[in-house]
Amino acid sequence: MNWLLDKKRPICPQIAEKLCVLIASGEIGAGDRLMSVRDVALNAGVTPNTVQKSFEMLEQQGVIYSRRGAGWFVSENVDVAKNVFNELVHSKTVAYLNDMESLGLGKKEIINIIKEFRYE
Amino acid sequence: MSEILRCVGLTKNYGGLRALDNLSLSIESGRIIGLLGPNGAGKTTLIKMINGLLQPTSGTITINGLAPCTTTKQLVSYLPDVSYLNNWMTVEQIVDMFTDFYADFRPQLAYEMISRLGIDRKLRLKTLSKGNKEKVCLILVMSRNAMLYVLDEPIAGVDPATRDYIISTIINNYNPAASVLISTHLISDIESVLDEVIFIQNGMITMHDSVDNIRSQHNMSVDEYFREVFRW
Repeated sequence: MNWLLDKKRPICPQIAEKLCVLIASGEIGAGDRLMSVRDVALNAGVTPNTVQKSFEMLEQQGVIYSRRGAGWFVSENVDVAKNVFNELVHSKTVAYLNDMESLGLGKKEIINIIKEFRYE
Repeated sequence: MSEILRCVGLTKNYGGLRALDNLSLSIESGRIIGLLGPNGAGKTTLIKMINGLLQPTSGTITINGLAPCTTTKQLVSYLPDVSYLNNWMTVEQIVDMFTDFYADFRPQLAYEMISRLGIDRKLRLKTLSKGNKEKVCLILVMSRNAMLYVLDEPIAGVDPATRDYIISTIINNYNPAASVLISTHLISDIESVLDEVIFIQNGMITMHDSVDNIRSQHNMSVDEYFREVFRW
């Protein structure tokens, strides 16, 4: 997967967000074993300490849990991950709408643009 | 987490020039730290002192509680800013030499990385390109099982794909008991792999903070922040 990290923001919450997206979309299922800290670090090109912190953050939120010696697992309850996902969708939508509104477009026009939009 | 490196009131004069000015610093284990600063800030001077190649004019420097000596050299794996290896030797001979020289050297790991980067181990160093030579030097340094890796400008001469490989090498060799100190100008290439950065200017530390703190406080990448702080 492509991690596409924004270097202007702290990396730690971004890793947590990406993992929530993977969990919310079902790419990593409830109860599944997560990639190891080192694998995520290598994949995303960030330091293992940051990934460790992200995992601990997610553990506190109840998204994942660790089993001694066995690694990290996704909790049975994926609601928190889904909430994070929904918040991301919301904030990205708001950002897009703000951009479009600053171009002087109303909501209806924006909806039309999206409907008619085709990748070239 | 234990303290690996400690500098207290470190000062170095070169004749009338003050290269380091009352510098104090503490580095813990398990961290990857960027040593960043403009040219002539004192980065290499500090690094040479960590390795006992220069003596401080005043102040103290300790590695794992000891002043730089033969014991600390067993703990520190050092990549100098200029190559010091014999050009007539083959890659294999140099690996052999390092195996003899350092008790913590892992030749198998070195060969793994050398073949992964497509370097012929039978070749003499002088026939390698500048970039390939740098790769060999870095591989040798990272193949030791040290407590502190000190890398002076490790990625300046290599292509971007190799830079990525080097960065993954650093992550891959990550050991919670060891720390890596990297001096560089190429901040944007390595900033995602850093835990902390130290900004150094005119021989003084102007900042020592975690990278995520910098990003959340200033809403910019470490690279952008560097450009702002050291703008002419």
